[in-house]
Amino acid sequence: MQEVVRKLPTSTMTLQMGPSHPASHGTSKFTVELDGETILAIDIEFGYLHRGFEKMCENVTWTQVVPYTDRLNYVSPLINNVGFYMAVEKIAEVKVPERALYIRTIISEMSRICDHLTCVAATAMELGGLSIFFYMIKARDRIWDLIEDITGARLTVSYVRIGGVMNDLPLDFAEKWKPVRSLVLAMLHDVDVMLTKNRIFIDRMRNTGIINGETAMAYGLTGPMLRGSGVKFDIRKASPYLVYDRVEFDVPVGAKGDNFDRYVVRMQEIKYAVSIIDQCLAQIPDGPFITDDPRLALPDKGSVYGSIEGTVDHFMHIMFGIQVPKGEAYSYVEGGNGELGFYVVSDGKGKPYRVRVRPPCFANLSALPTMITGALLADLVPTFDSINMIGGEIDR
Amino acid sequence: MSVKALEKVAKKFASEVIDKHSNAGDDTLIVKRAKIKEILKFCRDDKELKFEFCMDVCGMDYLGYPNQDRFEVVYHLYSVTHNHRLRIRARVPENDPVIDTSVDIWPGTNWFEREVWDMYGVKFKGHPDLRRILMYEEFQGHPLRKDYPVNKRQPLIGPQN
Repeated sequence: MQEVVRKLPTSTMTLQMGPSHPASHGTSKFTVELDGETILAIDIEFGYLHRGFEKMCENVTWTQVVPYTDRLNYVSPLINNVGFYMAVEKIAEVKVPERALYIRTIISEMSRICDHLTCVAATAMELGGLSIFFYMIKARDRIWDLIEDITGARLTVSYVRIGGVMNDLPLDFAEKWKPVRSLVLAMLHDVDVMLTKNRIFIDRMRNTGIINGETAMAYGLTGPMLRGSGVKFDIRKASPYLVYDRVEFDVPVGAKGDNFDRYVVRMQEIKYAVSIIDQCLAQIPDGPFITDDPRLALPDKGSVYGSIEGTVDHFMHIMFGIQVPKGEAYSYVEGGNGELGFYVVSDGKGKPYRVRVRPPCFANLSALPTMITGALLADLVPTFDSINMIGGEIDR
Repeated sequence: MSVKALEKVAKKFASEVIDKHSNAGDDTLIVKRAKIKEILKFCRDDKELKFEFCMDVCGMDYLGYPNQDRFEVVYHLYSVTHNHRLRIRARVPENDPVIDTSVDIWPGTNWFEREVWDMYGVKFKGHPDLRRILMYEEFQGHPLRKDYPVNKRQPLIGPQN
């Protein structure tokens, strides 16, 4: 019998997965070279959602860029808004009012919760835990309700403005946050009970998709993926922006760098994000939510209709946008997936000369072949999930 | 802290440096392309610099700017040990848009360099797999070049028969 098996002619198989595959969120195509079920090589093809973000930005005014940034990481659009305007403010040396800084922190953390919820929910769903998906998406939806209260939109928010934000938090925001907060924490507890010690979940997640800290750094991994590999790097701690130096939180790290570690890191970060929002709401001062510099902020409607200066300011804003002085800046914020960088170059002519976005999942996904080669085909699904590729962000 | 990093690299490769500045708090070094690999390797390996991360590689097109090469490849480096950052801009001329690859220094720059090739047409010498990444293989031209018309349409080209 042994002899027969040895003589069986075997050959490797090339398998196409995607571009429209349920496990390839967004659209990405894997060409997998298989020996039995073992992955020998993998090639990832994406760009199906490419819409020329960077080219479009070069042809609109500075203010018109912000709706495009909503569509980068569409799970946490508010962080993109913040990141882009932080780069612009860095060149133009704009001072942002205190209250706006707090509002930006609160919305960033809400977006981070949404991002992590989506990632963990999708992972659990693809491993067979459909109810967990419903639990988490329910919580995410309640947060989106809050975001709708603040910005007027659920997904395409365009909320941040240069020197501040579009409008103040609703008066009853702190009241409305309380039930959402307890729902998120209760849901986290439920999911923790159902997943963290679940035999099937552990078997699929533990020891799959391993990447060690050193390799992770060489590949430019950031965010929960890097922290899952044991490197304690969080931009919110390393170079605090907004008001992250005034709130207390810890940076959870994993030990092994496998899928399970990344899951634990994300779950912990949701808890810390909730606590950061609580602290911000306790500390938030009264005051203006946007700078009063008429060259930067749109005048209020009363003065647009009631005074000639207001009308002129409004006209100049709408027709020519903000005038950003000549210069270049790279600003970085901790996005849901890692370092979200905006490299912005201005030639002082009223339009961005160049807007480059460094999408965190672009670098994260580029490490997938290293993580998955030699593993089983089934491991591709949880590994790809824990990378949390967002089509809008990676394809731009 | 990071000014020291800027000074150190600038001093070590004094003949390569075209310009340097720290506008808006970002330390920037503009260099010639010839020794870019050595510079980047030095940045990663030197104990006081220790840039473990190459956060980003992107292209720039300075079309019509006098007295300077048309293209630039911009590297954003970060060191988690020393918590400092450095931006290195390497000038690449239009008539010979080639620069050495940095894939063997940081494997993570593989896709970033492919994107620069895709968008700007700058070739990376020694890159193991220089294919287009966001556009499709049959796409004509490099869309982020300043002379590529913003409204230009290209028909999707099917498989060749």
